[in-house]
Amino acid sequence: MDMKVEKKKLNLKDKYKLLTRDLGWEPSYRSKDEIYPYVKYEGLKVHDWDKWEDPFRLTMDAYWKYQAEKERKFYAIIDAHTQNNGHLNITDARYLTALKIFLQAISPGEYAAHKGFARAGREFAGVGTQVACQMQAIDELRHAQTQIHAMSNYNRYYNGFHAFADARDRIWYTSVARSFFDDSMSAGPFEFMIAIGFSFEYVLTNLLFVPFMSGAAYNGDMATVTFGFSAQSDEARHMTLGLECIKFMLEQDPDNLPIVQAWIDKWFWRGFRVLGLVSTMMDYMLPKRVMSWREAWEIYGVENGGALFRDLARYGIRPPKGWDDAEKAIDHMSHQLMLGLYQWSFGTAFHSWIPSDEDMDWLSAKYPATFDKHYRPRWNHIKKLAAAGTPYKNFGLAKLCQCCQLPIVFTEPDDPTMLCNRETTYKGEKYHFCSDGCQDVFEHEPEKYIQAWLPMPALFQDQQGDIGAWMDWVSLKDGTDNGDYAGSEDQRNFQQWRGLATSNQ
Amino acid sequence: MQIDLRTVSIQPLRNTFDHLARRFGDKPASRYQEASYDIQAAENLHYRPTWAPEQQLYDASITRIVMQDWYALKDPRQYYYNTYTLARARQQDTAEANFEFVDSRGLADRLPDALRNTALAVLVPLRHAAWGANQHNSFICGYGYGAAFTQPCMYQAMDNLGIAQYLSRLGLLLGGTEALEAGKRAWMDGAAWQPLRRYVEDCLVVRDPFELFVAQNLALDGLLYPLIYERIVDDDFSVRGGSAVAMLTRFMTDWFAETRKWVDAVVKVAAAESAQNQAQLSEWTQAWSSRAAAALLPVVELALGAQADEAVCEQLAGLKQRLDKIGITL
Ligand SMILES: [Fe+2]
Ligand SMILES: [Fe+2]
Ligand SMILES: [Zn+2]
Repeated sequence: MDMKVEKKKLNLKDKYKLLTRDLGWEPSYRSKDEIYPYVKYEGLKVHDWDKWEDPFRLTMDAYWKYQAEKERKFYAIIDAHTQNNGHLNITDARYLTALKIFLQAISPGEYAAHKGFARAGREFAGVGTQVACQMQAIDELRHAQTQIHAMSNYNRYYNGFHAFADARDRIWYTSVARSFFDDSMSAGPFEFMIAIGFSFEYVLTNLLFVPFMSGAAYNGDMATVTFGFSAQSDEARHMTLGLECIKFMLEQDPDNLPIVQAWIDKWFWRGFRVLGLVSTMMDYMLPKRVMSWREAWEIYGVENGGALFRDLARYGIRPPKGWDDAEKAIDHMSHQLMLGLYQWSFGTAFHSWIPSDEDMDWLSAKYPATFDKHYRPRWNHIKKLAAAGTPYKNFGLAKLCQCCQLPIVFTEPDDPTMLCNRETTYKGEKYHFCSDGCQDVFEHEPEKYIQAWLPMPALFQDQQGDIGAWMDWVSLKDGTDNGDYAGSEDQRNFQQWRGLATSNQ
Repeated sequence: MQIDLRTVSIQPLRNTFDHLARRFGDKPASRYQEASYDIQAAENLHYRPTWAPEQQLYDASITRIVMQDWYALKDPRQYYYNTYTLARARQQDTAEANFEFVDSRGLADRLPDALRNTALAVLVPLRHAAWGANQHNSFICGYGYGAAFTQPCMYQAMDNLGIAQYLSRLGLLLGGTEALEAGKRAWMDGAAWQPLRRYVEDCLVVRDPFELFVAQNLALDGLLYPLIYERIVDDDFSVRGGSAVAMLTRFMTDWFAETRKWVDAVVKVAAAESAQNQAQLSEWTQAWSSRAAAALLPVVELALGAQADEAVCEQLAGLKQRLDKIGITL
């Protein structure tokens, strides 16, 4: 037989098929139910895994090649940044608060996404889907690692970074992100895809990465800019995968629509609450600001989100249930949360501060309807107390929301003077929520959310309210990691080192 | 104003992160250490998995292997994403050049027919076995405990996929799409391949990550790679004028030589941890390697005919020697 004549030229799509989904086979020694035990219990109906459209066609050799190029560039810049004291190029050490939160709360989420996708890469019953998930699994591992490496040098010179692994598991505000990722991973493979593919990649990545990376660039932080840019093409792939997965679920069976819609409702709200932290970074933590949280929401939330939901409308998907409440919260959330973070700054491994008059003028220009009316007076009051030598500190942390784990500091959607607090009694226990959205999530799956690990009871029950013991347990160094930026070691050191760099001594 | 920051000499406040200082002392940590140790959440996990409520989200007890510290299972190659990707990028450069060389010089067409048919018959169905290996390593990465142990499994899974893709390309180059079709038919129905396919499918239902590690990375790979790529391709085919085939499988040869060091290191440390681990690992290795040898015999026969038995026995002896060094007794 003469092979030479028979060899046909394959087009890219067919070739990719042969190099991926053709590798799988119909098992006969074991049943599919045994091999893929988790694909049915969520109620999603899939009739034909072959209908999966590959969102990108990347074979392993091409993957290694492209990624290696990006890696070489990334580490070259990080090495130079370390060698040249690049950390002294940042606008001000206040900026590092945003990075500290990122390393403690978000980077561990990258790792969790890595684990979750490794599982999904095995549990889905279609090769195309599995390969796409596996590539995301290895990418997310990359993100966790490049972030740790990019921030490693900051840790050597500044406080608040050193115990990120302990903070991830023990401190209170990280459980906002932790509970988000634990929630997604404890869900089945399909819901996981909505949680990460839609909520983390679309809602969060758009609103977190893009503004965050521009914030880093504005504030002279080359290390962070570099990991952000380096991750961008990975993230583009991840968003495509998330969207493809939603479409696949919706196209497979009309019965999938209500299930997918409920997940979109849930995960939009879960993601939106994690964005509470991002809103404070944008409005308060960048010495040099890029845009307000409101402006970022307009561009990356309303415009991009709007386009996404117009695209999904043909499947019968409507915008998430909490969308209107989210819109009503935009002009309030960063102020409400930052006031909270400031009064509980004794218990944060990052600094916060009272915004300067100039900062407050910027905030009132960006939030003309809300800042002067509701929040400037409260900051001024806090400022007066600080000036009188009796700084405002709140050693009792507010109740945390049983779902999103943020302190209950947000107001009613239609009344910014009324604290929003919802309660549900389940099996004789009372549970508290910050919003209707969080209460809904709980009531849909109470058996899951009653298990939530709430960090504050850990302080009051396990450590008997002994704040010193609690600080030791979370590896928080009192007096250097926490409290007001004004007068902190970070502030002193940064000014002194910058002074050395800019003077002739 | 341009500031020359290089000239500033300042004293760092600390050398490394707390969790690394606790493990390795107060000194600068390597990038491998930063990228690997304690980066998996370990405490205060919020919810039990809805897919297996009896388990924790990260659960060390889903395997019978017990480790005091799962981070003891470190990777001697010290691979983290960067070093892994760079190493594979270099290897794929070589592989690409080799495929290009064989293709551009028409070496594939010049292979003796009998040899080409044997090469296709032995190598092409293995792309499915490599996909099985990918599934298992993705599983171990997903459900295993601790990043030191699990991150190399993700790399291994992607390597398995890469190998499946190189085997597919080899099939396409030597025999076109028909070769892949014939290979799949053989994998599904050919008598020679059924024991191996059954082995892989049986592994697909093993949900103890460490047992799966032994079954795939130690027992099966430990026999399959030396038999197929060293004994058959490098030795037998080359003698028969098929060194072009060896060029196309160079990636697999190099890959096995590299990854087996990691597999050995992991099993050695786990076995040295306790008598129970040692016994469990030996039991698994015994069971899976004898099955693997039996499953590979008919495959090896496709190339070596009557000499297959001897080749498999020889390899089993080789594996025993390897196991001796890592504390596993058969
Ligand atoms: Fe990521
Ligand atoms: Fe991502
Ligand atoms: Zn809430």
